[in-house]
Amino acid sequence: MRKNLISIDDLTRADIDRILALAASFAEVSGREIKKVPTLRGRTVINLFYEASTRTSSSFELAAKRLSADLVSVKSVGSSVDKGESLKDTVLTLSAYDPAAVVIRSPHAGAAGLVARWTTASVINAGDGKHEHPTQALLDVYTLWRRLGTLDGLNLWIVGDVLHSRVARSCVLAFTRMGAEVTVCGPPTLIPREFEQLGCRVAYSLDDAGEADVLYALRMQRERMAGAYVPSLREYAANYQIDGRRLGAGQLLMHPGPVNRGVELASEVIDSPQALITQQVESGVVVRMAVLYELLAGSGAPAPADAEPAPAPIGAA
Amino acid sequence: MPPRFDAPPLDCASHPPVDLVIRGARLLDPRAGLDGVADIVIRGGEIAEITEGANAPDGAEVVDAGDLTAVPAFVDPHVHLRTPGREDEEDIDSGTRAAAAGGFCAILAQPNTDPVVDNASILAALRERARREARIPTGFMAAVTVGQDGEALTEMAELADLGAAGFTDDGRPVARAGILRQALQYQKLAGRLIALHEEDPSLSGHGVMHEGAVAALLGMAGIPSISESTMIARDAQIALYEDAAIHIQHLSARESVEAIERAKDAGVAITCEASPHHLCLTDEAVRSLDAGFKMNPPLRSADDRQALVDGLRSGAIDCVATDHAPHAREEKEQPFEVAPMGVTGLETSFAALHTDLVEPGVLDLGTVVERMTAGGAPFGLPVPTLAAGQPANVTLLDLAATWQVGEPGYESRSANCAFDGRRMTGRVRMTIAAGAVAYRERSWAIGAVPA
Amino acid sequence: MNDNVVLDAEDMRRTLVRISHEIVEKTGGSRLAVVGIHRRGAVLAQRVRDLVADLVGEPIPLGDIDISFYRDDVAIRSQPTVHASHIEFPVDGMTIVLVDDVLYTGRTVRAAIDALFDYGRPARIQLAVVADRGHRELPIRPDYVGKNLPTAASERVFVRVTELDGVDEVTIGERMAA
Repeated sequence: MRKNLISIDDLTRADIDRILALAASFAEVSGREIKKVPTLRGRTVINLFYEASTRTSSSFELAAKRLSADLVSVKSVGSSVDKGESLKDTVLTLSAYDPAAVVIRSPHAGAAGLVARWTTASVINAGDGKHEHPTQALLDVYTLWRRLGTLDGLNLWIVGDVLHSRVARSCVLAFTRMGAEVTVCGPPTLIPREFEQLGCRVAYSLDDAGEADVLYALRMQRERMAGAYVPSLREYAANYQIDGRRLGAGQLLMHPGPVNRGVELASEVIDSPQALITQQVESGVVVRMAVLYELLAGSGAPAPADAEPAPAPIGAA
Repeated sequence: MPPRFDAPPLDCASHPPVDLVIRGARLLDPRAGLDGVADIVIRGGEIAEITEGANAPDGAEVVDAGDLTAVPAFVDPHVHLRTPGREDEEDIDSGTRAAAAGGFCAILAQPNTDPVVDNASILAALRERARREARIPTGFMAAVTVGQDGEALTEMAELADLGAAGFTDDGRPVARAGILRQALQYQKLAGRLIALHEEDPSLSGHGVMHEGAVAALLGMAGIPSISESTMIARDAQIALYEDAAIHIQHLSARESVEAIERAKDAGVAITCEASPHHLCLTDEAVRSLDAGFKMNPPLRSADDRQALVDGLRSGAIDCVATDHAPHAREEKEQPFEVAPMGVTGLETSFAALHTDLVEPGVLDLGTVVERMTAGGAPFGLPVPTLAAGQPANVTLLDLAATWQVGEPGYESRSANCAFDGRRMTGRVRMTIAAGAVAYRERSWAIGAVPA
Repeated sequence: MNDNVVLDAEDMRRTLVRISHEIVEKTGGSRLAVVGIHRRGAVLAQRVRDLVADLVGEPIPLGDIDISFYRDDVAIRSQPTVHASHIEFPVDGMTIVLVDDVLYTGRTVRAAIDALFDYGRPARIQLAVVADRGHRELPIRPDYVGKNLPTAASERVFVRVTELDGVDEVTIGERMAA
């Protein structure tokens, strides 16, 4: 059983299929009166968030709680981290709680990989710098899978600031692994050199975006103006904003949130029935439950000497 | 080309010069046309004769070197001794011991210390310390600009008089062409080589690795090759215009090698160096996001590496220099983007080149020896050679020995070696520097037989 | 396969018919539902529900439960495939007959009871199994049993159903090495 989820590259297609099926089971759980299962009872999950995030951190919190795990949340503001404690020392200190899993978000690429070196707990990358955000990609895959069934041959365009987007990287890897054809599109200054090596096409204009089944818009941050990547938001919007005119009739629209209304998306498309943005958020909890289950089930200590045998085996299959 | 500069002084703790015979080694010194088995007789720290069946002087140590190779000892013009300021990472004693363990008989220390070596008193203090602590002859370079800020020239003439081996702002570029031009003009007075770290800050930005496919995958800001090559082209033109001599440090890119070749063809007095890690590794190593592979300039693509190897072979790249850059363990154990740049390299320089380039037949051993001994020449230092009448600078190599980097520990205070954990073939057994034995490899030393 | 067939297809059919009659007898008048435990219990539950519905002449709700999330050994063993549970009727006040293929230690049934309680508060829960092989580790007893099959711990009891295995039968064989 896999131990950590640091990058989408850690997962085979079969792994992703399994996580999707698990998430669907947890969706059923979330539909009940009592939305909890006792699966991770007695096990501790630590949320270690070095970057402010309401969306992802609350999603992971809820996922852990619905699995009946004990949760410790560490946000960097106001903690000893602020006082200069190194990442390594923080992880070693938190190891005293004997966590089953550490969920880490950091502004620096590779932080999750480092944490995995310093703890025996399972490590889940909740976003490391601009490198990857695997659970976001998985919930995006899940959202589309629930909507469309299969993703083989799906034509997906990711539009926006690809250079600074860990969501874009994880999504390109995840969607191509599931058989989709991915194109990334944005200003030339915001698409990294040799990005096709990840397995996608690169485009600098939305001219051919009409062929896409799904348009996935990335957040365009105002700070990019300061870095002279784009002359102005107006110019960005003119070339890359997805509005009612650019969003074709059969096309689905996605966005990792939070949306900059009027920048990457026009208001009329955000509220249209073609937008899956709310479904993406809803998917977050069940997909993260599935990831926690996938990594932690079967990963605990061996049974004590006078072990109880397993429940009756279910046939010879 | 005749040396442009007089030899700068090198400082070393005094050691008794030896009487020693190296018996039966294969001697290899391409510059002296030497390749064959013979004995080397060292008397009073000088090579007295090279002959077969030599008589050992009374009381001389006899080193039975039957399965070893003796080469002129190596010179490294680019070493960070971290003194003053970070003696926890390295000091003159540990750094020169590391150099001796790597087969070096002379090194030049970089001035980007804390405080920067940009005035007479710091330089004098360092030289004084080296006379007490250095295991091998050590030269100290001084900064081109005060504080290495790129704004005001240091008092280069005075520093040269007081023994600065050369000038560099290494760690940072001399970004403004006007300042560089003035420094090169001043060279006519100061009389020392100016070594340059080539990087255009407006192109390198916040980059932490080579700008290429791996950076695209990892989402880390890249340093494009043109950051280095455009500056080389610029500085070469200024040097030609001012009839000055410059030495380009730590080459990393194909475009840079091409810029050097064009400059040499045009008659610029330009020399350059490349490091073992750039000659042996590429940005693929960075996929692991291990900050042990973070340095400036960064490891680049396989094509860049090929260009560096070809350049070393052809002589477009004049010498090997390690850019030995010690860092404290906890500083390298940080996320890649945050960790400091630099790797050590003195103790693995020969072994890495031997294992990754000589053994697979990519480079001749003779070429590697030539390039590893040539580092002091641009600065005016004599090139070590195996010839009677020369001071004894000899490195004994066991080309068949295999070892694991880091397993016996390091002489250096710091362990941030890019080759840590790798198995290598080729080991330094003994280093004689300026006529004294500076290093004996421990396990082998038990076999030495005194007369 | 050197297994011993202890119930063939016809035996199984008669067993399920008998169980269905017993259920109707014992639960007469209650609001009844049948819930199977994945995987084969769910298949058997469907047959039992259809037989009971026939006998009483009314529709009877059918559900199925995957107990993966309720197992007491989640941390220890690598997990078999998880299927979703489906309980699409209100559970409060119902008499639920849980159906499983083999009753052994009782842990699976314990997990199924826990799962059911997360859907609501049944009036009572009864248990129907095709085979009871003994070796109980929890105080769980079946209300309806197809066949009592005392076994050694080294043996395995297999219940096969046409829908999944192509044949209806119950066999006893040696536990295979993992």
